[in-house]
Amino acid sequence: MSIKNISLSGKKVEASRKKMSFLESIYFIAILKGMMITIRHFFKKKITVQYPEQKREFSPVYRGQHVLMRDQEGRERCTACGLCALACPAEAITMTAAERKKGEEHLYREEKYAAVYEINMLRCIFCGLCEDACPKEAIFLTKSQEMVKVGMDRESFIYGKDKLVVN
Amino acid sequence: MDYIFLLEKLILIVIVFTVTLVFAMYETWAERKVAGFIQDRYGPNRAGIFGLLQPVCDGAKLFSKEEFMPASSNKILFALGPSVAMIVSLLGSAVIPWAKEFVVFGYHFVPQVADVNVALLYVVAVLSTGVYGIVLGGWASGNKYSLIGSIRAGAQMISYEIAMGLALIALVMMTGSLSLREITEQQSGMAWNVFVQPLTFLIFLVCSFAECNRTPFDLAECESELVNGHHTEFSSMKMAFYMFSEYVSMFFSSALISVLFFGGYNYPGMDWVSENWGVNIANLLAVGSILAKTTFFVFFYMWIRWTIPRFRYDQLMRLGWKMLFPLALINIFIVGVVILIMKN
Repeated sequence: MSIKNISLSGKKVEASRKKMSFLESIYFIAILKGMMITIRHFFKKKITVQYPEQKREFSPVYRGQHVLMRDQEGRERCTACGLCALACPAEAITMTAAERKKGEEHLYREEKYAAVYEINMLRCIFCGLCEDACPKEAIFLTKSQEMVKVGMDRESFIYGKDKLVVN
Repeated sequence: MDYIFLLEKLILIVIVFTVTLVFAMYETWAERKVAGFIQDRYGPNRAGIFGLLQPVCDGAKLFSKEEFMPASSNKILFALGPSVAMIVSLLGSAVIPWAKEFVVFGYHFVPQVADVNVALLYVVAVLSTGVYGIVLGGWASGNKYSLIGSIRAGAQMISYEIAMGLALIALVMMTGSLSLREITEQQSGMAWNVFVQPLTFLIFLVCSFAECNRTPFDLAECESELVNGHHTEFSSMKMAFYMFSEYVSMFFSSALISVLFFGGYNYPGMDWVSENWGVNIANLLAVGSILAKTTFFVFFYMWIRWTIPRFRYDQLMRLGWKMLFPLALINIFIVGVVILIMKN
């Protein structure tokens, strides 16, 4: 056995070098066979999903847009610890922390809160690592099927607290 | 009398023109639709019901595109290329007989622009002129891909014209006439030529694919190798003219195939209809009949396009010269012998 015939992958197939007969060489029968296949597909059921009218079912582990949760009393849970920003592989999250003032206890749960919390939707890859990293169960990726809105400027893709915090 | 004749022909020319162009317009739609259906998709279905407004949108888009002119090109030839391609593909339908004869208030109206007695010769001549549009446009672009594409197209058309001409000779030997009207008349009832000469039909069909530059013989365009072949450098309506001329010549050659081999405007029971329902209704049905046959062949063109991959250049030449050419010669011989036997 020469080295040329050894197949390392076990998938090697020897190409047939048989000369074509006259009937085969005018391709006539092969073309007819092919045409039968295509006409069968012509009458088959189409698999296209007509998007805006017809939506495809999402998988049960689908991750959509983010929300920042509130607790039972309606206070924001986020304490601006920055762990989500740290965990984010796409570096999409930025935040600025602020100290809670007197009289704001009904707004924020902890003494520290996120004055600015922004997610750049152009960078986010919806991996859900922020959700895992959050110690306060503040950020979640929802099953919302709403896509990020199309825009012509970069600013409109940076989602601030106004879009993220649940009402 | 002469004025009426002129007016009649003028109206007819306008009608044939319009029908051809509208047909070609909807061929572009049908092509995408057929492609979609064969690939388990729907094809265009957003613009209008079933996407029927799609060709209008495409046309509007192409009109509003930038008119690009390469700096190195010969401007006159560059503009001439698509014009020649378009004119030549529109010329052919002049000799197609659309129906027998309408009788309106005692006036006989023949729906055929020109009943030339050498119509078949005219058709072959017009078809071979088609190569000028492609070669001129490709050469004037000053682009090597365009040039390669147009050279291929030239070589291909010349090679396949021989087999096509020989196939037509075999047909003419039997019909004894070059006039398309007479050929159609001979096939009245169901005496279609395709039943008598299936081999001739097959050779002619393959050659007309090559003449129209359709897949599997679209080496002139050949998107995967030559960008877009001879119309790489063309944009806007110039490009649209090339695309359109392809569809128009598809329409024309489908009509020609149905005239030569499938009885043209004849349909079974034509005499019965003209006796019982009147001549005009019979003729209207005849127009419908030839258009239906044409539509089928246009569909057939598309069906083939989305089935068979493109030939390699050497395969194309081998098929043309070593298969179809001898086959056509043998066919002539067989037809000759059969005619000789039948006569005695």
